Amino acid sequence: MLALIQNEVVEKNGWMTSAEFTDIVATSQITPGPIGINVATYAGYTAVINAGYDPAFAVFGAFLSSFSVILLPFIAMLVVGRYLMRHKDNPIVQTVLSYLKLAVVGLIAAAALLLVNPETFGTFADNPLQLFLSIALFVAAFFASLKWKTSPILLIVLAGVVGFVVYYL
Amino acid sequence: MVSIWQLFWSFFKIGTFTIGGGYAMIPLMEKELVDRHGWLTAEEFMEILALSQTMPGIFAANMATYVGWRLRGILGAVASVIGNILMPILIILALAMGLHYVQGSPVVEAIFKGVRPVVVALIAAPVFRMAKTANITRYNFWIPVVAALLIWLLDVSPIWVIVATVIGGFLYGKFVEGKEATS
Repeated sequence: MLALIQNEVVEKNGWMTSAEFTDIVATSQITPGPIGINVATYAGYTAVINAGYDPAFAVFGAFLSSFSVILLPFIAMLVVGRYLMRHKDNPIVQTVLSYLKLAVVGLIAAAALLLVNPETFGTFADNPLQLFLSIALFVAAFFASLKWKTSPILLIVLAGVVGFVVYYL
Repeated sequence: MVSIWQLFWSFFKIGTFTIGGGYAMIPLMEKELVDRHGWLTAEEFMEILALSQTMPGIFAANMATYVGWRLRGILGAVASVIGNILMPILIILALAMGLHYVQGSPVVEAIFKGVRPVVVALIAAPVFRMAKTANITRYNFWIPVVAALLIWLLDVSPIWVIVATVIGGFLYGKFVEGKEATS
């Protein structure tokens, strides 16, 4: 889901910058609600604002995005979902699902790879400190999450504190 | 018969009080749907969970849709989904409007500069965990690798990757595995 939103909103349509996208993903981790909804809502609002319309219209954009992102899955769940529940033991169904699970791993990997860019990590030319610190934070968070299953909320709050201390003070 | 309002309210609670993404809702969903109201058995809950994860869309919304439909048909599905996402939408809207006033502020920018690399790590970390669950072997690891490269380097839309996977998986299952089963 994130990979697709990123593809549409940042890469294809340029409604948000990569940094804005990453920022909303971060914020979504600490706010209630599924990330997909949060990102869709924010993207809808931001895209309309960035295009120069006023906030009232942007609110409409936010609701429209959220509605759109759940519309097809809503229909799909009720139509395809019921079919799958009834046929879940069908070997072909199981094969397709097993391959889908593999492909999804690739999709998520791509989403992460697409975020490896100067907006997220900084560049050596502009600010070597940011680059090295970003890499360090990435590695630390990666292992903390993978090995110790550290809460994403904790990691983001800590990273925010580090950012504040290093970059502002 | 389960009341529509009750469905809405249960999912409203689930949506409002879970932080950290859709999957974090699972424990609260189980508590509400299985333990508290007995609307689903534990086994049904697991099955619907797996279905919601597999189907496209947002996991939490898929759960709400199916459970709502199961209990009160289409109206139940609608009430459940709206209940689930209403508060998050309002909170994010408030944040989005507020953020526009503080964006560009050096404090906020400093905080996010620290946060951004961590976000990438949080997206990347589950990749390895998922690879294990998806039964990645040396025979099929090319699938996620090719998928990732297509999207990352060749700008292929993830939608095409998914469509190709479903078609490929279907053809493989029907002709290759089908033949093996009958031979």
